[in-house]
Amino acid sequence: MSAELTDIEADRLWNFPGGIHPPERKELSSGTPLSSLPAAGDYRVPVKQHNGEPGEVCVQIGQQVLAGEPLTKPGMANGLPVHAPTSGTITAIGPARIAHPSGLADLVISIRADGEDNFCELYPVPDYQQLSRTELLDRLRDAGIAGLGGAGFPTDRKLALQRPLDYLIINGVECEPYITADDRLMQEHAAEIVRGTEILLYIAGCSKALIAIEANKPAAIEAFKPLLADHPTIKLRIIPVKYPSGGEKQLIQILTGREVPSRGLPIDIGLVMHNVGTAFAVQDAVDHGRPLIQRVVTVTGENVRKPGNYWVRLGTPVERLLKRCDYAPEPQQPVIMGGPMMGFTLPDLTVPVVKITNCILLPASSELAPAQQEMPCIRCGACSDVCPAELLPQQLQWLAKAKDYDGLEEQNLFDCIECGACAYVCPSEIPLVHYYRKAKAEIRNIARDKASAEIARERFEARQQRLEREKAERLERHRQAAEAREKAQAQAVKAGGDNPQDAVQAAIARAKARKAAQAAAATKAGDKNDGKNDGKSTGDSE
Amino acid sequence: MSIVTALLALGVLALIFGLVLGFAAVRFKVESDPIVDQIDALLPQTQCGQCGYPGCRPYAEAIANGDDINKCPPGGESTIRNLADLMGVEAKPLDAAHGTEDTKKVAVIREDECIGCTKCIQACPVDAILGAAKHMHTVLEHECTGCDLCVEPCPVDCIDMVPVPTRPENWQWNLQKIPVHTVESSD
Repeated sequence: MSAELTDIEADRLWNFPGGIHPPERKELSSGTPLSSLPAAGDYRVPVKQHNGEPGEVCVQIGQQVLAGEPLTKPGMANGLPVHAPTSGTITAIGPARIAHPSGLADLVISIRADGEDNFCELYPVPDYQQLSRTELLDRLRDAGIAGLGGAGFPTDRKLALQRPLDYLIINGVECEPYITADDRLMQEHAAEIVRGTEILLYIAGCSKALIAIEANKPAAIEAFKPLLADHPTIKLRIIPVKYPSGGEKQLIQILTGREVPSRGLPIDIGLVMHNVGTAFAVQDAVDHGRPLIQRVVTVTGENVRKPGNYWVRLGTPVERLLKRCDYAPEPQQPVIMGGPMMGFTLPDLTVPVVKITNCILLPASSELAPAQQEMPCIRCGACSDVCPAELLPQQLQWLAKAKDYDGLEEQNLFDCIECGACAYVCPSEIPLVHYYRKAKAEIRNIARDKASAEIARERFEARQQRLEREKAERLERHRQAAEAREKAQAQAVKAGGDNPQDAVQAAIARAKARKAAQAAAATKAGDKNDGKNDGKSTGDSE
Repeated sequence: MSIVTALLALGVLALIFGLVLGFAAVRFKVESDPIVDQIDALLPQTQCGQCGYPGCRPYAEAIANGDDINKCPPGGESTIRNLADLMGVEAKPLDAAHGTEDTKKVAVIREDECIGCTKCIQACPVDAILGAAKHMHTVLEHECTGCDLCVEPCPVDCIDMVPVPTRPENWQWNLQKIPVHTVESSD
């Protein structure tokens, strides 16, 4: 074993640069046990809830569906299906507003619950070790499992990459303030998470796992300790509290001291990471055959009277969830999906909870001040002190404002994890992350335009070549036809038959003779008349 | 005699250097993009012909031969700027004689009105229209460059140029423009 692996085995923890300590406010929601919402009312299931291509809709309006029935077939690239959250009738399939910062509409399948909540037939796996890796991966895909930590990358795609692995890391850090969904899940379902971790280890072909929990979750840590006593391959790591230690790259640095290369993946350095929620969903899909139709969502903030964590079916409108929690909005109340650092303000409350929704936050204006007027940068450098990716936020901001996209890429803009630490410490209230997101979107659009221009150029050139080829083929056909004709004539002559040319020559001779006769007649007539007709008749005869 | 030696010596030297240079020219040949390819790479490849040339590549050739760089409306200001950088000339405003910069559009055939004449198929520079004689035609939206060339030949005017819609994937993070609604009380 290398010195580094010995260090990791010996419980050593490293540190990542930067980071901040915002007020945690987790006590608001971490105390109440998980509860569920009744299956009733309308559900709106967006077709695309993960990071990849949306699936193909395979249900019709008016169709009766059962809970867990697939509504889409997974698409080609990184596709995942979505499933009916409860039994009921499909009432609409069309564009509706989705949970996205743009507030734009996307394809949504609406279901009216019948209140019965009948499940379709589920196919649990009695012993997952009897199935091959690929069979299990197909099961995870068909269960629609995407990373529940936030990015929503299809779990089966992440596991399908085959590279030698040192560790599987289960991320239970949940470093963002206010959010306690993973904390509650770990407290109440630690056994299922450990079981999910075993399944993930089997699928990934990896022998060792680390479960990382931040030190501010003592109840979750206590829940895991007795369970892991008889699991020598799975180790618990308690990491110090700092934001954003739950970020994939940051947590890897804390646990292993390794750094994920720029634009690289954890698997490049022999690691793979999944969220505790994903581990639970994997266990549920394999042991019970249940697809991903619900997740734990934290509803919190001082303007919610009953904050807590809830099992929410995917597609539940945020409004119904908030009503259940008895919310008391103030004027101009922002409703944030996600946490205070990385979340976004919802355009309205009809948007549904999706696979990556971990928190709905209704802060009072006293706890989360509304955005202030942006002031000029005073070059204090506080932002670069806290940046966990060791970037230069201030420099990036100048370049983003100047739309210097080459410069931004040189400064590794795409290593920015958008954690918001820089904007949090900025004394000038500059919404730094907003500038980065805008620049990233712009750079991606430019790249997309360039790619489509390249395709258009190829198609144009292919068409030009085709037209030229067709023209050449046409000329060639004409030439061959002419040759064949000549050949046929030559053969006919050889065979002693009439040469068609002779007939032509004879016809020409006859025509010439007739014209000569006409000309002679005309000249005679011309002698009698005046000279006017002379020119015309000569012209005719020529 | 000494002149002969000198000539001989110089001749031998010239031969050696010639061989060395000739070898180096072959061995260390720099594979550089010809200027036409570089210009072509900057053009938007709509193949619309608004510049007066039958496609982007012919215009790239014309620019390489000294034509103006401001004749490409789909590329707009940014393309002119990039071309000016590449060619080492001053950027100038778009020549209005060739059209104005517009939002990106795609052609859409009103399919129930299409008579299947194939005229648009022949006009499309990137083969983005699918169909056969006396059968309905349709535009492959992903391949359409929005060049407008199919609109004019259509005898029944059933082709519309529609702006490309903003989707969550290509949205620009204009946070100020989001219609955020004020949340009402739960009572």
